[in-house]
Amino acid sequence: MNPNPILEVDQVTRRFGGLTAVNKVSFTVQPSEILSVIGPNGAGKSTLFKLISSFLHTSEGEVRLKGERISDLAPHIVARKGVVRTFQETTIFRAMTVRENIIIAHHLRAKASLAGYFWGSAAARQDQAAFARSADEIIQFLGMGAIANELASNLPQGNLRALGIAIGLATDPKVLLLDEPFAGMNHDETMHMVQLVQNVRQERGITVLLVEHDIPAVMKISDRIVVINFGEKIAEGTPEDIRNNDKVIEAYLGREDDAIGM
Amino acid sequence: MTLFKKLLGVGLFLALVLVLVPWLIERSGRWDFYYTLTSVALLSIASAGVWLTFYIGRINIGQGAYALVGGYVSAILVTQAGMNFWLTLPLAGLFCALLSVLIGLPILRLRGVYFAMVTLVLTEVVRLTALALPITNGARGIVNIPLPTELSLFGLTLIPDFGTLANPKLAFYLAAVIMMILSYAVLYRIVHSRLGHLCRSLQQNEELAASIGVNITYLRILAYSISSFFGGIAGASFVNISQSIYPSSFQVVDSVNFMLNCFLGGLGYVFGPMLGTLLLYFGWDLLFTTGKYQLLIYSSLLILLMLVLPNGLLSLRLSRKAKQPAQASPDKQPSGATP
Ligand SMILES: Nc1ncnc2c1ncn2[C@@H]1O[C@H](COP(=O)(O)OP(=O)(O)OP(=O)(O)O)[C@@H](O)[C@H]1O
Ligand SMILES: [Mg+2]
Repeated sequence: MNPNPILEVDQVTRRFGGLTAVNKVSFTVQPSEILSVIGPNGAGKSTLFKLISSFLHTSEGEVRLKGERISDLAPHIVARKGVVRTFQETTIFRAMTVRENIIIAHHLRAKASLAGYFWGSAAARQDQAAFARSADEIIQFLGMGAIANELASNLPQGNLRALGIAIGLATDPKVLLLDEPFAGMNHDETMHMVQLVQNVRQERGITVLLVEHDIPAVMKISDRIVVINFGEKIAEGTPEDIRNNDKVIEAYLGREDDAIGM
Repeated sequence: MTLFKKLLGVGLFLALVLVLVPWLIERSGRWDFYYTLTSVALLSIASAGVWLTFYIGRINIGQGAYALVGGYVSAILVTQAGMNFWLTLPLAGLFCALLSVLIGLPILRLRGVYFAMVTLVLTEVVRLTALALPITNGARGIVNIPLPTELSLFGLTLIPDFGTLANPKLAFYLAAVIMMILSYAVLYRIVHSRLGHLCRSLQQNEELAASIGVNITYLRILAYSISSFFGGIAGASFVNISQSIYPSSFQVVDSVNFMLNCFLGGLGYVFGPMLGTLLLYFGWDLLFTTGKYQLLIYSSLLILLMLVLPNGLLSLRLSRKAKQPAQASPDKQPSGATP
């Protein structure tokens, strides 16, 4: 394994009062890897993602990006460094069109100052042209051309998920955290999204971490999988390893709805 | 709207306020309208500031505080330091902007009704401070403020001495209207440039804004300080026109009115607060004839209006276009100030 991981999660712990939602979780992520985090409801997956993107502060431990500590910084600084999270709840700018959503998400790439934009400076106009071009690229890449001018609040669930990913891509991230990107999708839509996520990695070299309950999709898409239960990591490995891991099977036992699809 | 239509609209508006209104007043001899319309113009600048805080998803019921502070800063500089009013104007605005950074840092973390409640208290705090401080001369206030004097640059007179003018009322009116036009031009540019787009992102979803890298704390402070700058220059101008200031010159009810002006005109429209200020000011005066029922009728009408037209009066004119959401531009959005 490559000795230079892009992301290191090191003994990360988060307590809410008496509840330890994430307990001494450690794992590393390689550049351009697709790594999934799975586990039963309430296992601490979303909390873990919020800790990595610094929306929550850690109680103990730290997260490093290319060796540099990024935990407990302001979220927009972590985003600036290239770690961007999409949300479990569909989170978009509802009163903007799809295109406006994607353009505003280019914020971090702006070279001109706010004052420059106010006066309409040359740099600002260049930015705007570049954002428009890049937004069109993303729209085409995700096949959203037909809905580009729709208000985001009018979109069906499947498109909202895709828009969430589009917003993430527009920030030009190094590491993209997707929290349940396939939720609420039927089989065909899921397979389409799986393809998209794989393209994201292939064509843009972006490292993808995802939380997902759709186990067949996870098995198909992931290079490696981390399993957590009650806040603790109980297994880590390739899809093949995880499929045959006793602890994992036990954790999912008696949970028909979540039954690990094997 | 095409560029031509926009220019035509601006041209017509300028002709109306700069030529037609003064002509009508001179013809009819209703000189008192100069004072009324001057007040409306200045109050609408303060309302423009409140509108900008709505634009980041915050209900601001404290603009009276900054109008009062701006008024005192200008009055003190004019009467005690002998400064030219026109120079005190930006200073009053800047002082308010700085003050609002200090006040905004802790309170802008609050949302919804909590932020609104804290701002509601601000006006009263400033009033009590003005009552207590020696420099503001307590309840006696600062009176006999001289009229604005000449402003010149390299011997070139930019603005004449108001004291020597044959028609100072007209001069006040024109000065106030030009300030209003400049303020709304600035507001329009803000809304239609990246700052405005970021404010909208904040209004719609602060968490997502942070995750795409927007420094939401900085942006909130920036918007709030611009808003307070508007409040400060409006207050400073108002005080110099009435040539006096008291702790009661701007009260909680004024702060509430600045907010209502925005609601009435429409939170989704840059020029909403201008229309709102005009209507509310005249509406209140018209209802004066109804005597003790004035407040009752006034409040009922406002509540009714908000129920029937939650997006403000300007939504009437634009409602046809609003049905094509795909083309929705920032100033035609339905109000989204609910935090
Ligand atoms: N802000 C919070 N305050 C208190 N407890 C919290 C908070 N956020 C999460 N928790 C608790 O931490 C635990 C882990 O929650 P988390 O949302 O991370 O689970 P999850 O694995 O994402 O679940 P799901 O699959 O349902 O999304 C839960 O018991 C939850 O109630
Ligand atoms: Mg979750």
